[in-house]
Amino acid sequence: MSTTTYDHTLDISGTAPVPFSRLVKVELRKMADTRAGRWLLISIAALTALVLAIQLAVILSNDLEVDFRAFLIAMNTPMGILLPVLGIMSVTSEWTQRTAMVTFTLEPSRSRLVLTKFVSTMLVAVVAVVVGLALSVAANLLYGALSGNEVLWDIGVMDVVYYFLLHVFGMATGFAFGTLFLNTAVAIVIYFVYSFVLPGLFQLGAQLIDWFADIQPWVDFAAAQNPLIEGNVNGEQWAQLAVSGLLWLGLPLAVGLWRVLRAEVK
Amino acid sequence: MIKVEGLTRKYGDFTAVDNVSFVCQPGTVTGFLGPNGAGKTTTMRVMVGLTPPTSGRVTIGGHLYHQIPNPGRHVGVLLDASAQHAGRTGREILEIGARTMGLASSRIDEMIELVSLTPTEAKRRLRNYSLGMKQRLGIAHALLGDPSVLILDEPANGLDPAGIRWMRGLLKGYAERGGTVLLSSHLLNEVELIADEMILIGNGRIVAQGNKASLLAGAGAVSTLVTSLDNERLAKALLADGVTVASAGDGLRVESEPVTVGRAALESGVVLTDLRHADGALEDLFLELTSDTQREHLVTGPTA
Repeated sequence: MSTTTYDHTLDISGTAPVPFSRLVKVELRKMADTRAGRWLLISIAALTALVLAIQLAVILSNDLEVDFRAFLIAMNTPMGILLPVLGIMSVTSEWTQRTAMVTFTLEPSRSRLVLTKFVSTMLVAVVAVVVGLALSVAANLLYGALSGNEVLWDIGVMDVVYYFLLHVFGMATGFAFGTLFLNTAVAIVIYFVYSFVLPGLFQLGAQLIDWFADIQPWVDFAAAQNPLIEGNVNGEQWAQLAVSGLLWLGLPLAVGLWRVLRAEVK
Repeated sequence: MIKVEGLTRKYGDFTAVDNVSFVCQPGTVTGFLGPNGAGKTTTMRVMVGLTPPTSGRVTIGGHLYHQIPNPGRHVGVLLDASAQHAGRTGREILEIGARTMGLASSRIDEMIELVSLTPTEAKRRLRNYSLGMKQRLGIAHALLGDPSVLILDEPANGLDPAGIRWMRGLLKGYAERGGTVLLSSHLLNEVELIADEMILIGNGRIVAQGNKASLLAGAGAVSTLVTSLDNERLAKALLADGVTVASAGDGLRVESEPVTVGRAALESGVVLTDLRHADGALEDLFLELTSDTQREHLVTGPTA
Protein backbone atom coordinates (compact mmCIF):
# COMPACT_ATOMS: atom_id res chain seq x y z
CA MET A 1 0.00 0.00 0.00
CA SER A 2 1.39 3.38 -0.98
CA THR A 3 0.18 5.62 1.78
CA THR A 4 2.76 8.19 0.72
CA THR A 5 0.67 9.15 -2.30
CA TYR A 6 -2.07 10.51 -0.02
CA ASP A 7 -2.27 13.96 1.44
CA HIS A 8 -1.58 13.86 5.15
CA THR A 9 -2.80 17.35 5.88
CA LEU A 10 -6.28 18.77 5.59
CA ASP A 11 -6.48 21.74 3.29
CA ILE A 12 -8.86 24.01 5.16
CA SER A 13 -7.97 27.20 3.32
CA GLY A 14 -10.97 26.89 0.99
CA THR A 15 -13.53 26.27 3.72
CA ALA A 16 -15.41 29.18 5.24
CA PRO A 17 -16.64 28.90 8.81
CA VAL A 18 -20.37 28.30 9.25
CA PRO A 19 -21.93 31.79 9.05
CA PHE A 20 -23.73 33.01 12.16
CA SER A 21 -26.95 33.67 10.25
CA ARG A 22 -27.02 30.07 9.04
CA LEU A 23 -26.63 28.78 12.59
CA VAL A 24 -29.52 31.01 13.72
CA LYS A 25 -31.72 29.69 10.89
CA VAL A 26 -30.91 26.11 11.88
CA GLU A 27 -31.68 26.83 15.54
CA LEU A 28 -35.03 28.38 14.60
CA ARG A 29 -35.82 25.32 12.55
CA LYS A 30 -34.93 23.05 15.47
CA MET A 31 -37.47 24.85 17.67
CA ALA A 32 -40.31 23.89 15.36
CA ASP A 33 -39.33 20.57 13.77
CA THR A 34 -40.46 18.30 16.60
CA ARG A 35 -44.01 17.80 17.82
CA ALA A 36 -43.10 19.15 21.26
CA GLY A 37 -41.58 22.32 19.86
CA ARG A 38 -44.22 22.91 17.21
CA TRP A 39 -47.10 22.45 19.65
CA LEU A 40 -45.49 24.71 22.18
CA LEU A 41 -45.34 27.47 19.55
CA ILE A 42 -48.91 26.78 18.42
CA SER A 43 -50.21 26.66 21.99
CA ILE A 44 -48.61 29.99 22.84
CA ALA A 45 -50.63 31.62 20.07
CA ALA A 46 -53.76 29.53 20.71
CA LEU A 47 -53.77 30.11 24.48
CA THR A 48 -53.26 33.83 23.99
CA ALA A 49 -56.21 33.90 21.61
CA LEU A 50 -58.28 31.83 24.06
CA VAL A 51 -57.52 34.08 27.03
CA LEU A 52 -58.42 37.15 24.98
CA ALA A 53 -61.66 35.52 23.81
CA ILE A 54 -62.66 34.67 27.39
CA GLN A 55 -61.86 38.18 28.53
CA LEU A 56 -63.89 39.63 25.68
CA ALA A 57 -66.85 37.40 26.57
CA VAL A 58 -66.72 38.44 30.23
CA ILE A 59 -66.46 42.13 29.31
CA LEU A 60 -69.38 41.95 26.88
CA SER A 61 -71.66 39.96 29.16
CA ASN A 62 -71.05 42.37 32.05
CA ASP A 63 -71.27 45.50 29.91
CA LEU A 64 -67.87 46.69 31.12
CA GLU A 65 -66.03 49.60 29.58
CA VAL A 66 -62.36 48.85 28.97
CA ASP A 67 -59.41 50.16 27.04
CA PHE A 68 -56.66 48.51 25.01
CA ARG A 69 -54.42 48.05 28.06
CA ALA A 70 -56.92 45.57 29.55
CA PHE A 71 -56.35 43.26 26.59
CA LEU A 72 -52.60 43.71 26.70
CA ILE A 73 -52.52 42.67 30.36
CA ALA A 74 -54.60 39.60 29.54
CA MET A 75 -52.20 38.68 26.73
CA ASN A 76 -49.31 38.77 29.17
CA THR A 77 -50.37 35.79 31.22
CA PRO A 78 -50.09 32.95 28.68
CA MET A 79 -47.03 34.54 27.07
CA GLY A 80 -45.35 35.03 30.42
CA ILE A 81 -45.79 31.37 31.27
CA LEU A 82 -45.01 29.71 27.95
CA LEU A 83 -42.25 31.83 26.40
CA PRO A 84 -39.79 31.05 29.22
CA VAL A 85 -40.54 27.35 28.70
CA LEU A 86 -39.55 27.76 25.06
CA GLY A 87 -36.37 29.50 26.22
CA ILE A 88 -35.61 26.65 28.60
CA MET A 89 -36.26 23.97 25.96
CA SER A 90 -34.09 25.57 23.30
CA VAL A 91 -31.11 24.85 25.57
CA THR A 92 -32.08 21.79 27.55
CA SER A 93 -33.45 19.66 24.72
CA GLU A 94 -29.90 19.50 23.32
CA TRP A 95 -28.78 17.87 26.57
CA THR A 96 -31.84 15.85 27.45
CA GLN A 97 -32.03 14.44 23.91
CA ARG A 98 -28.21 14.35 23.70
CA THR A 99 -28.16 16.16 20.35
CA ALA A 100 -25.48 18.45 21.82
CA MET A 101 -22.96 15.79 20.79
CA VAL A 102 -23.83 16.35 17.14
CA THR A 103 -24.42 20.10 17.41
CA PHE A 104 -21.06 20.72 19.05
CA THR A 105 -19.16 18.59 16.56
CA LEU A 106 -20.65 20.51 13.63
CA GLU A 107 -19.84 23.85 15.31
CA PRO A 108 -17.08 23.37 17.89
CA SER A 109 -17.24 26.96 19.20
CA ARG A 110 -19.60 26.58 22.13
CA SER A 111 -19.78 30.27 22.96
CA ARG A 112 -20.83 30.91 19.37
CA LEU A 113 -23.52 28.24 19.57
CA VAL A 114 -24.90 29.54 22.87
CA LEU A 115 -25.06 33.02 21.38
CA THR A 116 -26.86 31.55 18.35
CA LYS A 117 -29.41 29.93 20.61
CA PHE A 118 -29.87 33.11 22.60
CA VAL A 119 -30.40 35.21 19.49
CA SER A 120 -32.85 32.72 18.01
CA THR A 121 -34.93 32.50 21.21
CA MET A 122 -35.01 36.31 21.39
CA LEU A 123 -36.23 36.42 17.79
CA VAL A 124 -39.03 34.05 18.72
CA ALA A 125 -39.89 36.20 21.76
CA VAL A 126 -40.14 39.28 19.55
CA VAL A 127 -42.32 37.51 17.00
CA ALA A 128 -44.52 36.14 19.79
CA VAL A 129 -45.08 39.62 21.19
CA VAL A 130 -45.93 40.90 17.71
CA VAL A 131 -48.50 38.11 17.36
CA GLY A 132 -49.80 38.87 20.87
CA LEU A 133 -50.14 42.55 20.06
CA ALA A 134 -51.98 41.74 16.84
CA LEU A 135 -54.38 39.46 18.70
CA SER A 136 -54.95 42.17 21.33
CA VAL A 137 -55.67 44.73 18.62
CA ALA A 138 -58.18 42.31 17.10
CA ALA A 139 -59.78 41.76 20.51
CA ASN A 140 -60.07 45.48 21.12
CA LEU A 141 -61.62 46.07 17.67
CA LEU A 142 -64.08 43.24 18.27
CA TYR A 143 -64.93 44.73 21.65
CA GLY A 144 -65.75 48.04 19.96
CA ALA A 145 -67.81 46.43 17.24
CA LEU A 146 -69.79 44.16 19.57
CA SER A 147 -70.36 46.53 22.49
CA GLY A 148 -70.85 49.73 20.55
CA ASN A 149 -68.55 51.46 23.04
CA GLU A 150 -65.78 53.75 21.93
CA VAL A 151 -62.54 51.89 21.11
CA LEU A 152 -59.72 53.37 23.18
CA TRP A 153 -56.06 53.10 22.18
CA ASP A 154 -54.51 54.67 25.23
CA ILE A 155 -50.99 53.36 24.91
CA GLY A 156 -47.82 54.97 23.68
CA VAL A 157 -44.74 53.75 21.93
CA MET A 158 -43.00 53.21 25.26
CA ASP A 159 -45.75 50.85 26.42
CA VAL A 160 -45.08 48.67 23.41
CA VAL A 161 -41.35 48.78 24.07
CA TYR A 162 -42.02 47.74 27.69
CA TYR A 163 -44.03 44.74 26.50
CA PHE A 164 -41.20 43.60 24.33
CA LEU A 165 -38.79 44.08 27.24
CA LEU A 166 -41.05 42.14 29.58
CA HIS A 167 -41.12 39.08 27.35
CA VAL A 168 -37.50 39.32 26.36
CA PHE A 169 -36.72 39.24 30.09
CA GLY A 170 -39.02 36.26 30.58
CA MET A 171 -37.53 34.32 27.70
CA ALA A 172 -33.98 35.22 28.74
CA THR A 173 -34.63 34.11 32.32
CA GLY A 174 -35.94 30.79 31.03
CA PHE A 175 -32.87 30.50 28.81
CA ALA A 176 -30.63 31.22 31.81
CA PHE A 177 -32.35 28.56 33.92
CA GLY A 178 -31.95 26.17 31.01
CA THR A 179 -28.18 26.68 30.81
CA LEU A 180 -27.95 26.41 34.60
CA PHE A 181 -29.71 23.06 34.93
CA LEU A 182 -29.26 21.55 31.44
CA ASN A 183 -32.29 19.38 32.06
CA THR A 184 -35.77 20.20 30.75
CA ALA A 185 -37.85 18.89 33.64
CA VAL A 186 -35.64 20.28 36.40
CA ALA A 187 -35.30 23.69 34.74
CA ILE A 188 -39.07 24.03 34.15
CA VAL A 189 -39.99 23.00 37.70
CA ILE A 190 -37.44 25.34 39.29
CA TYR A 191 -38.46 28.13 36.92
CA PHE A 192 -42.11 27.75 37.92
CA VAL A 193 -41.20 27.71 41.60
CA TYR A 194 -39.23 30.89 40.95
CA SER A 195 -42.04 32.57 39.04
CA PHE A 196 -45.13 31.41 41.01
CA VAL A 197 -44.02 30.52 44.54
CA LEU A 198 -41.16 32.91 45.15
CA PRO A 199 -43.08 36.20 44.55
CA GLY A 200 -45.61 35.12 47.21
CA LEU A 201 -42.83 34.29 49.65
CA PHE A 202 -41.20 37.64 48.95
CA GLN A 203 -44.46 39.45 49.68
CA LEU A 204 -45.03 37.48 52.83
CA GLY A 205 -41.48 38.13 53.98
CA ALA A 206 -41.85 41.84 53.29
CA GLN A 207 -45.01 41.95 55.41
CA LEU A 208 -43.56 40.04 58.33
CA ILE A 209 -39.98 41.23 58.46
CA ASP A 210 -39.32 44.95 58.53
CA TRP A 211 -35.84 45.03 57.11
CA PHE A 212 -36.80 42.62 54.32
CA ALA A 213 -39.51 45.02 53.18
CA ASP A 214 -36.74 47.46 52.30
CA ILE A 215 -34.71 45.07 50.20
CA GLN A 216 -37.62 43.11 48.65
CA PRO A 217 -38.05 45.48 45.70
CA TRP A 218 -34.36 45.06 44.92
CA VAL A 219 -34.34 41.25 44.89
CA ASP A 220 -37.82 40.46 43.56
CA PHE A 221 -37.41 40.37 39.77
CA ALA A 222 -41.08 39.53 39.17
CA ALA A 223 -42.28 42.49 41.24
CA ALA A 224 -39.69 44.73 39.59
CA GLN A 225 -41.25 43.89 36.20
CA ASN A 226 -44.72 45.06 37.24
CA PRO A 227 -44.05 48.72 36.34
CA LEU A 228 -43.36 47.49 32.78
CA ILE A 229 -46.88 46.06 32.63
CA GLU A 230 -48.36 49.23 34.08
CA GLY A 231 -46.47 51.25 31.50
CA ASN A 232 -44.79 53.62 33.91
CA VAL A 233 -41.24 53.09 35.11
CA ASN A 234 -39.40 55.68 37.18
CA GLY A 235 -35.67 55.95 37.84
CA GLU A 236 -35.65 53.95 41.04
CA GLN A 237 -37.75 51.23 39.43
CA TRP A 238 -35.27 50.93 36.56
CA ALA A 239 -32.54 50.51 39.15
CA GLN A 240 -34.56 47.83 40.98
CA LEU A 241 -35.18 46.09 37.66
CA ALA A 242 -31.45 46.11 36.94
CA VAL A 243 -30.40 44.87 40.38
CA SER A 244 -33.00 42.10 40.67
CA GLY A 245 -32.43 41.19 37.02
CA LEU A 246 -28.74 40.81 37.68
CA LEU A 247 -29.62 38.41 40.49
CA TRP A 248 -32.22 36.25 38.72
CA LEU A 249 -31.16 36.57 35.09
CA GLY A 250 -27.53 37.67 35.04
CA LEU A 251 -26.20 35.33 37.71
CA PRO A 252 -27.90 32.10 36.51
CA LEU A 253 -26.88 32.94 32.95
CA ALA A 254 -23.25 33.52 33.96
CA VAL A 255 -23.04 30.29 35.95
CA GLY A 256 -24.97 28.44 33.21
CA LEU A 257 -22.64 29.70 30.46
CA TRP A 258 -19.61 28.70 32.49
CA ARG A 259 -21.18 25.26 32.80
CA VAL A 260 -22.00 24.89 29.11
CA LEU A 261 -18.57 26.06 27.97
CA ARG A 262 -16.76 23.67 30.31
CA ALA A 263 -19.07 20.68 30.48
CA GLU A 264 -18.16 17.39 28.91
CA VAL A 265 -20.83 16.77 26.30
CA LYS A 266 -22.28 13.32 26.90
CA MET B 1 -4.52 11.75 8.94
CA ILE B 2 -5.35 11.53 12.62
CA LYS B 3 -2.45 11.96 15.03
CA VAL B 4 -2.89 11.26 18.73
CA GLU B 5 0.06 12.45 20.81
CA GLY B 6 0.55 11.51 24.45
CA LEU B 7 -3.14 11.75 25.19
CA THR B 8 -4.19 11.42 28.82
CA ARG B 9 -7.60 12.00 30.32
CA LYS B 10 -8.18 11.67 34.04
CA TYR B 11 -11.42 11.76 36.02
CA GLY B 12 -10.29 12.46 39.55
CA ASP B 13 -8.06 9.54 40.47
CA PHE B 14 -9.26 7.43 37.57
CA THR B 15 -7.23 7.53 34.39
CA ALA B 16 -9.56 6.76 31.49
CA VAL B 17 -6.90 7.31 28.81
CA ASP B 18 -3.25 6.94 29.74
CA ASN B 19 -0.57 8.46 27.51
CA VAL B 20 -2.02 7.16 24.27
CA SER B 21 -0.28 7.87 20.96
CA PHE B 22 -1.08 6.55 17.52
CA VAL B 23 -1.53 7.62 13.94
CA CYS B 24 -4.29 6.82 11.45
CA GLN B 25 -2.99 7.02 7.90
CA PRO B 26 -4.97 8.17 4.88
CA GLY B 27 -5.97 5.32 2.61
CA THR B 28 -6.35 2.90 5.49
CA VAL B 29 -8.99 1.71 7.86
CA THR B 30 -7.73 1.73 11.43
CA GLY B 31 -9.52 -0.46 13.93
CA PHE B 32 -9.59 0.73 17.51
CA LEU B 33 -10.16 -2.34 19.57
CA GLY B 34 -10.63 -2.91 23.25
CA PRO B 35 -13.07 -4.18 25.85
CA ASN B 36 -15.87 -1.96 27.14
CA GLY B 37 -14.54 0.88 29.24
CA ALA B 38 -11.02 0.63 27.82
CA GLY B 39 -10.94 4.30 26.80
CA LYS B 40 -11.90 4.08 23.12
CA THR B 41 -14.88 6.41 23.34
CA THR B 42 -13.06 8.91 25.56
CA THR B 43 -10.20 9.05 23.05
CA MET B 44 -12.62 9.65 20.18
CA ARG B 45 -14.51 12.29 22.15
CA VAL B 46 -11.26 14.17 22.77
CA MET B 47 -10.54 14.01 19.01
CA VAL B 48 -13.65 16.04 18.22
CA GLY B 49 -13.46 18.43 21.17
CA LEU B 50 -16.35 17.08 23.23
CA THR B 51 -14.03 16.12 26.09
CA PRO B 52 -11.03 18.26 26.99
CA PRO B 53 -7.82 16.24 27.41
CA THR B 54 -5.91 16.35 30.70
CA SER B 55 -2.71 16.37 28.67
CA GLY B 56 -1.58 15.57 25.15
CA ARG B 57 -3.39 16.47 21.96
CA VAL B 58 -5.03 15.18 18.83
CA THR B 59 -4.62 16.72 15.42
CA ILE B 60 -6.60 15.90 12.31
CA GLY B 61 -4.70 16.61 9.13
CA GLY B 62 -2.44 18.88 11.16
CA HIS B 63 -5.20 20.88 12.86
CA LEU B 64 -6.87 20.78 16.23
CA TYR B 65 -10.54 19.95 15.71
CA HIS B 66 -11.85 23.33 16.83
CA GLN B 67 -9.53 25.06 14.34
CA ILE B 68 -11.21 23.35 11.40
CA PRO B 69 -13.79 25.67 9.84
CA ASN B 70 -17.13 24.00 9.14
CA PRO B 71 -15.67 20.72 10.45
CA GLY B 72 -18.50 18.57 9.08
CA ARG B 73 -17.04 19.16 5.60
CA HIS B 74 -13.72 17.62 6.62
CA VAL B 75 -14.36 15.15 9.42
CA GLY B 76 -17.33 12.80 9.57
CA VAL B 77 -18.22 11.86 13.12
CA LEU B 78 -20.49 9.18 14.54
CA LEU B 79 -20.07 8.75 18.27
CA ASP B 80 -23.51 7.57 19.33
CA ALA B 81 -26.24 6.83 16.83
CA SER B 82 -28.89 7.20 19.54
CA ALA B 83 -27.79 10.72 20.47
CA GLN B 84 -30.41 12.37 18.27
CA HIS B 85 -33.76 13.90 19.09
CA ALA B 86 -36.24 11.01 19.31
CA GLY B 87 -39.00 13.22 17.93
CA ARG B 88 -37.23 14.17 14.70
CA THR B 89 -37.58 12.17 11.53
CA GLY B 90 -34.48 10.60 10.05
CA ARG B 91 -34.66 12.95 7.12
CA GLU B 92 -35.02 16.00 9.35
CA ILE B 93 -31.90 14.98 11.29
CA LEU B 94 -29.96 14.92 8.03
CA GLU B 95 -31.65 18.16 6.96
CA ILE B 96 -30.34 19.95 10.06
CA GLY B 97 -26.83 18.61 9.44
CA ALA B 98 -26.93 19.56 5.76
CA ARG B 99 -28.20 23.06 6.51
CA THR B 100 -25.56 23.64 9.16
CA MET B 101 -22.85 22.55 6.74
CA GLY B 102 -24.43 24.50 3.89
CA LEU B 103 -25.16 21.56 1.61
CA ALA B 104 -27.81 21.16 -1.06
CA SER B 105 -30.74 19.04 0.06
CA SER B 106 -30.12 16.67 -2.86
CA ARG B 107 -27.17 15.47 -0.77
CA ILE B 108 -29.63 14.22 1.86
CA ASP B 109 -31.41 11.99 -0.65
CA GLU B 110 -28.07 10.66 -1.90
CA MET B 111 -27.02 9.72 1.63
CA ILE B 112 -30.38 8.12 2.47
CA GLU B 113 -30.00 6.01 -0.65
CA LEU B 114 -26.36 5.21 0.10
CA VAL B 115 -27.17 3.76 3.52
CA SER B 116 -30.20 1.86 2.10
CA LEU B 117 -32.88 3.56 4.15
CA THR B 118 -36.14 3.66 2.22
CA PRO B 119 -37.86 7.05 1.76
CA THR B 120 -40.66 5.79 4.04
CA GLU B 121 -38.18 4.90 6.77
CA ALA B 122 -36.54 8.30 6.41
CA LYS B 123 -39.88 9.93 7.18
CA ARG B 124 -40.27 8.00 10.42
CA ARG B 125 -39.32 9.53 13.76
CA LEU B 126 -36.11 8.34 15.33
CA ARG B 127 -37.89 6.78 18.32
CA ASN B 128 -39.35 4.22 15.91
CA TYR B 129 -35.93 3.26 14.53
CA SER B 130 -34.16 0.02 15.36
CA LEU B 131 -30.54 0.31 16.47
CA GLY B 132 -29.43 -0.88 13.03
CA MET B 133 -31.45 1.85 11.32
CA LYS B 134 -30.02 4.44 13.71
CA GLN B 135 -26.52 3.28 12.80
CA ARG B 136 -27.29 3.61 9.09
CA LEU B 137 -28.66 7.08 9.67
CA GLY B 138 -25.61 7.96 11.78
CA ILE B 139 -23.28 6.82 8.99
CA ALA B 140 -25.31 8.86 6.50
CA HIS B 141 -24.92 11.85 8.81
CA ALA B 142 -21.17 11.32 9.11
CA LEU B 143 -20.80 11.12 5.31
CA LEU B 144 -23.05 14.11 4.54
CA GLY B 145 -20.30 16.69 4.18
CA ASP B 146 -18.14 14.40 2.01
CA PRO B 147 -15.35 14.42 4.62
CA SER B 148 -11.87 13.00 4.10
CA VAL B 149 -11.63 11.68 7.67
CA LEU B 150 -14.17 9.43 9.37
CA ILE B 151 -14.36 8.81 13.12
CA LEU B 152 -16.89 6.11 13.98
CA ASP B 153 -17.52 4.72 17.45
CA GLU B 154 -18.93 1.17 17.37
CA PRO B 155 -20.58 1.71 13.96
CA ALA B 156 -21.33 -1.99 13.48
CA ASN B 157 -23.21 -2.22 16.75
CA GLY B 158 -26.78 -3.28 16.01
CA LEU B 159 -26.22 -3.95 12.31
CA ASP B 160 -27.29 -7.35 11.01
CA PRO B 161 -24.69 -9.53 9.24
CA ALA B 162 -25.69 -8.15 5.85
CA GLY B 163 -25.42 -4.65 7.26
CA ILE B 164 -21.94 -5.33 8.62
CA ARG B 165 -20.84 -6.63 5.25
CA TRP B 166 -22.30 -3.55 3.58
CA MET B 167 -20.46 -1.25 5.97
CA ARG B 168 -17.24 -3.14 5.41
CA GLY B 169 -17.52 -2.55 1.66
CA LEU B 170 -18.43 1.09 2.17
CA LEU B 171 -15.50 1.87 4.46
CA LYS B 172 -12.97 -0.12 2.41
CA GLY B 173 -14.02 1.78 -0.69
CA TYR B 174 -13.83 5.04 1.20
CA ALA B 175 -10.28 4.31 2.36
CA GLU B 176 -9.22 3.19 -1.13
CA ARG B 177 -10.22 6.62 -2.42
CA GLY B 178 -7.76 8.14 0.05
CA GLY B 179 -9.94 8.63 3.09
CA THR B 180 -8.81 8.10 6.66
CA VAL B 181 -11.09 5.85 8.69
CA LEU B 182 -10.93 5.19 12.41
CA LEU B 183 -13.55 2.84 13.77
CA SER B 184 -13.83 1.36 17.20
CA SER B 185 -15.25 -1.93 18.33
CA HIS B 186 -15.13 -4.30 21.26
CA LEU B 187 -15.61 -7.21 18.87
CA LEU B 188 -12.44 -8.52 17.27
CA ASN B 189 -14.02 -10.30 14.33
CA GLU B 190 -15.78 -7.11 13.26
CA VAL B 191 -12.50 -5.26 13.09
CA GLU B 192 -10.09 -7.85 11.76
CA LEU B 193 -12.04 -8.26 8.51
CA ILE B 194 -12.11 -4.59 7.75
CA ALA B 195 -9.14 -2.89 9.38
CA ASP B 196 -5.73 -2.56 7.75
CA GLU B 197 -4.22 -1.44 11.02
CA MET B 198 -5.33 -2.35 14.51
CA ILE B 199 -4.82 -0.54 17.78
CA LEU B 200 -5.53 -2.61 20.87
CA ILE B 201 -6.36 -0.66 23.99
CA GLY B 202 -6.96 -1.96 27.49
CA ASN B 203 -7.44 -0.02 30.69
CA GLY B 204 -6.63 3.26 28.94
CA ARG B 205 -3.29 2.07 27.55
CA ILE B 206 -2.32 0.87 24.12
CA VAL B 207 -1.28 -2.73 24.50
CA ALA B 208 -0.44 -3.51 20.89
CA GLN B 209 -0.70 -2.00 17.43
CA GLY B 210 0.05 -3.05 13.89
CA ASN B 211 -1.57 -5.03 11.10
CA LYS B 212 -2.93 -8.50 11.64
CA ALA B 213 0.23 -10.31 10.49
CA SER B 214 2.58 -8.24 12.62
CA LEU B 215 0.37 -8.56 15.66
CA LEU B 216 0.33 -12.34 15.30
CA ALA B 217 4.05 -12.47 14.66
CA GLY B 218 4.67 -10.31 17.70
CA ALA B 219 2.56 -12.59 19.81
CA GLY B 220 4.55 -15.60 18.60
CA ALA B 221 1.45 -17.70 18.92
CA VAL B 222 0.51 -18.79 15.44
CA SER B 223 -1.57 -21.87 15.04
CA THR B 224 -3.11 -23.62 12.08
CA LEU B 225 -6.22 -25.69 11.64
CA VAL B 226 -5.87 -28.54 9.18
CA THR B 227 -8.07 -31.35 7.94
CA SER B 228 -6.79 -34.09 5.70
CA LEU B 229 -7.75 -37.51 4.36
CA ASP B 230 -5.29 -39.08 6.84
CA ASN B 231 -5.00 -36.98 9.96
CA GLU B 232 -3.07 -39.63 11.84
CA ARG B 233 -0.24 -39.83 9.32
CA LEU B 234 -0.06 -36.06 9.06
CA ALA B 235 0.10 -35.73 12.85
CA LYS B 236 2.96 -38.19 12.98
CA ALA B 237 4.88 -36.33 10.30
CA LEU B 238 4.37 -33.04 12.15
CA LEU B 239 5.36 -34.52 15.49
CA ALA B 240 8.50 -35.86 13.85
CA ASP B 241 9.30 -32.24 12.84
CA GLY B 242 8.94 -31.27 16.51
CA VAL B 243 5.66 -29.37 16.09
CA THR B 244 2.90 -29.52 18.71
CA VAL B 245 -0.28 -31.12 17.36
CA ALA B 246 -3.63 -31.65 18.99
CA SER B 247 -6.83 -33.11 17.64
CA ALA B 248 -9.53 -30.52 16.99
CA GLY B 249 -12.95 -31.54 15.68
CA ASP B 250 -12.57 -33.32 12.34
CA GLY B 251 -8.98 -32.22 12.00
CA LEU B 252 -5.89 -31.07 13.82
CA ARG B 253 -4.76 -27.91 15.55
CA VAL B 254 -1.08 -27.34 14.85
CA GLU B 255 1.02 -24.80 16.73
CA SER B 256 2.81 -23.60 13.63
CA GLU B 257 2.40 -21.64 10.40
CA PRO B 258 0.22 -23.19 7.66
CA VAL B 259 3.33 -23.43 5.44
CA THR B 260 4.94 -25.93 7.85
CA VAL B 261 1.82 -28.05 7.79
CA GLY B 262 1.58 -27.90 3.99
CA ARG B 263 5.17 -28.94 3.61
CA ALA B 264 4.72 -31.85 6.02
CA ALA B 265 1.65 -32.94 4.05
CA LEU B 266 3.54 -32.79 0.76
CA GLU B 267 6.43 -34.80 2.15
CA SER B 268 4.23 -37.46 3.68
CA GLY B 269 1.88 -37.55 0.67
CA VAL B 270 -1.30 -36.73 2.62
CA VAL B 271 -4.15 -34.98 0.79
CA LEU B 272 -5.30 -31.80 2.57
CA THR B 273 -8.97 -30.86 2.49
CA ASP B 274 -8.71 -27.71 4.63
CA LEU B 275 -5.77 -25.59 5.75
CA ARG B 276 -6.00 -22.21 7.45
CA HIS B 277 -4.84 -19.91 10.21
CA ALA B 278 -6.66 -20.68 13.43
CA ASP B 279 -9.10 -17.79 13.88
CA GLY B 280 -8.70 -17.90 17.59
CA ALA B 281 -5.09 -16.78 17.56
CA LEU B 282 -5.78 -13.09 17.33
CA GLU B 283 -8.66 -13.38 19.75
CA ASP B 284 -6.46 -15.17 22.26
CA LEU B 285 -3.91 -12.41 21.87
CA PHE B 286 -6.56 -9.76 22.29
CA LEU B 287 -7.99 -11.34 25.42
CA GLU B 288 -4.56 -12.00 26.86
CA LEU B 289 -3.36 -8.45 26.28
CA THR B 290 -6.47 -6.77 27.59
CA SER B 291 -7.36 -9.12 30.45
CA ASP B 292 -4.02 -8.50 32.14
CA THR B 293 -4.66 -4.81 32.37
CA GLN B 294 -8.26 -5.46 33.30
CA ARG B 295 -7.39 -7.66 36.29
CA GLU B 296 -4.72 -5.29 37.47
CA HIS B 297 -7.27 -2.53 37.36
CA LEU B 298 -9.80 -4.50 39.37
CA VAL B 299 -7.33 -5.21 42.13
CA THR B 300 -5.47 -1.96 42.45
CA GLY B 301 -7.60 0.52 40.54
CA PRO B 302 -9.51 3.19 42.41
CA THR B 303 -13.26 3.29 42.20
CA ALA B 304 -14.36 5.88 39.70
